[in-house]
Amino acid sequence: MPTLETDLKVIVFQLIEKEYAIPVTHVRSIEKVQTITRVPNTPPYIKGVINLRGIVTPIIDLRIYFGFEEAPYSDLARLIIISAGDNEVGLIVDSANDVIDIPADSIEPPPEIVGGIETNYISGVAKIDDRLLMIIELQNILSAK
Amino acid sequence: MDMKQYLEVFIEESKEHLQACNENLLALEKNPADLLLVSEIFRSAHTLKGMSATMGYEDIASLTHQMENVLDAIRSGNLPVTAGLLDVVFSAVDHLEEMVQSIEAGGDGKRDVSETVYHLKMIEKGEEIKADSEIAASLSVLAKPSKGLMYDDFEMTVIRQSREQGFNAYEVTVELREDCLLKAARVYMIFDVLEKAGEIVKAEPSVDQLEDEQFDNEFMVTLITVEQAAELEMKLLKVAEVNKVNVAEISERISGLEDAQEIEEAPISQIELVEVKPSSEVSESAAEPTSSGKLVNSTKTIRVNIERLDSLMNLFEELVIDRGRLESISNDLNNQALNETVEHMSRISGDLQSIILNMRMVQVETVFNRFPRMVRQLARDLKKQIRLEIVGADTELDRTVIDEIGDPLVHLLRNSIDHGIEAPDIRKANGKSEEGTIYLRAYHSGNHVFIEIQDDGAGIGKAKVLQKALASRIVTEKTAAELEDKQIYELIMASGFSTADRISDISGRGVGLDVVKTTIESLGGMIEIDSVEGEGSTFSIQLPLTLSIMAVMLIKIHNEKFAIPLSSIIVTAIVKKEDVLKAHNEMVIDYRGRIVPLLFLEDLFGVPGIPTEKDSYSVIIVRKGEKLAGLVVDSFIGQQEVVLKSLGNYLTNVFAISGATILGDGQVALIVDCNALIK
Repeated sequence: MPTLETDLKVIVFQLIEKEYAIPVTHVRSIEKVQTITRVPNTPPYIKGVINLRGIVTPIIDLRIYFGFEEAPYSDLARLIIISAGDNEVGLIVDSANDVIDIPADSIEPPPEIVGGIETNYISGVAKIDDRLLMIIELQNILSAK
Repeated sequence: MDMKQYLEVFIEESKEHLQACNENLLALEKNPADLLLVSEIFRSAHTLKGMSATMGYEDIASLTHQMENVLDAIRSGNLPVTAGLLDVVFSAVDHLEEMVQSIEAGGDGKRDVSETVYHLKMIEKGEEIKADSEIAASLSVLAKPSKGLMYDDFEMTVIRQSREQGFNAYEVTVELREDCLLKAARVYMIFDVLEKAGEIVKAEPSVDQLEDEQFDNEFMVTLITVEQAAELEMKLLKVAEVNKVNVAEISERISGLEDAQEIEEAPISQIELVEVKPSSEVSESAAEPTSSGKLVNSTKTIRVNIERLDSLMNLFEELVIDRGRLESISNDLNNQALNETVEHMSRISGDLQSIILNMRMVQVETVFNRFPRMVRQLARDLKKQIRLEIVGADTELDRTVIDEIGDPLVHLLRNSIDHGIEAPDIRKANGKSEEGTIYLRAYHSGNHVFIEIQDDGAGIGKAKVLQKALASRIVTEKTAAELEDKQIYELIMASGFSTADRISDISGRGVGLDVVKTTIESLGGMIEIDSVEGEGSTFSIQLPLTLSIMAVMLIKIHNEKFAIPLSSIIVTAIVKKEDVLKAHNEMVIDYRGRIVPLLFLEDLFGVPGIPTEKDSYSVIIVRKGEKLAGLVVDSFIGQQEVVLKSLGNYLTNVFAISGATILGDGQVALIVDCNALIK
């Protein structure tokens, strides 16, 4: 039986049919998509800023960031507020609805075949039953492009 | 009892009392006849003594005790207030400050204050200590006995009493040979000899240290004996490995102290009287505010962690958001009772907002109040006559800025005192009054606070600055020729620059002004230098009121709202299309005879929306220094006070956006940086 230390607790979110995972320790909160104030003259993936309980928080559209096609936000779309170091940003995802424990031994390095721009931001892949979870490397996302 | 929990309170209160001492001493210097001030200082010293004794800081207690004696003598009219006396009391306060600082830094608050204590005793005895040069002379004289041993009250009494009974008191200095192997053993043997001869009063280093061999080769012992000096010396020299023995009578040196001691006894009894009847003192202090009105400005305060204020502010902002929602709901429902309640709540939360925002604001006085003392001291050290005029000490700045601004101002003041103001004889020769003046001004202007340091000294010698800058390779010959006056002055803030001919303790090492500049810029401020050779210089610091209330004009472009700082706005206007002119392919308007270029924020910020043809433009004319620009917007929403927020660490250097604010409806509005728009 795996011990607590080797388990990785993650938030699972969906982006165009694929499932991704963020270590729960980096997640501050999950919010519904709210009014975003556009910030001019910033890269397209920065959707703008929101007022998160009094703190102005930048919002990144992960679809655009990963090089996918932009899509209007459905009711399921969520903002995952992540923090690492001094940075705190929100990521827009198609939906986020699961918290699971990934046993450490089921995490493998990302296969080259996955392809796409997002490969740079994947630190590993975990296979749980018949699900394939791509674990996000936050540090690369937070250090601006 | 565990004192740790009281330590913080002790340090804070000590600082307050010392600050009060400083202020009152300065006032007393100007008005030596005001005995009420003496009483104030006495009270501060007395409280300090009580607190420090409770906390176990005996050095502070003993020094304040001596101060009390002197102050009490002044208070009862036995001593006149002289410059020399004030110098000594000032130096005592300095010592106290340093001790408190050492305690704050985790030290033990110990300090050798014997010299100051000795001075205080001399004064108390009635010996006038001369100011300035003479004090330096007397200091050097005093420096010698300080090599000898210092005795506390008890030891003094023992020495004095034994001498009265016909014993001899000696200070025995023993020097062991440098190659002495068993120092502890020799010490033991020497003490053996001494103890047979008489009674040891004191040893320096202490007996414990001597036994642990914690000394070089020499130590001193104070001995009371019936034997004669020569006899004693002989006996000691017989101990092996002793190099030199010196037996000195302490009567001559002690005698001075002894007199002081005798006189001290009287004030002590007086002090005791004061302590015995505290009720009378209380009534005295209670009576004073009515008679003098001096205590009126001593406001009661509590200390709050700034983080708590921050979280209070954030919570409040959430409240404001909910208030906005509540307002719109009540509008929809149109229930009168609800409307009234919501209106009332809005008013209260408005008041609450201004209180919370103001809580973070601190008067610059908290920084300025230590300067008069510093200027006085430096002026004395440099033998200059300097008057410091402080204007606008009640100007408020955000706490975070206040904390950072102290050191740069100290640097600038020191610079003005050392390099700016000339020596009295030079000033006289140049037809100026011998006394130089430094103005320290603080004032609000728009969203900025300005702090100016102006002196009427020598000014900045342009030629000299250039020459030095060239010599230290800060500029090249080529660029030097093209520099404007202001740019030349700014060279003195370049790293590694110093025009002082000689390096003094105060300034001139070429570090300082560049640090000042960096610090101020890191606070989002600016520093400017203006100078007229022979007439003086002005250092002008512009600081933002970060995190404080900012008055903005809210505007709308399509569906987006932006905030433009009122401090940048000159005027808003509706300009008819036919009044817009074209010059060099640029749209311009004529504003009071000046050609002002138009900037279309819609294009600059790429605001999405369908452009509409209009007959007239809504224009906000903004300025950066002397330059103007007209910002074209869709409509004006109105003026509002908002809280400036940063965009965070992730979004830095966004073009023409200086930050964001959260509006009453919870939405974020971006604040336009007009300085970036005007080139």
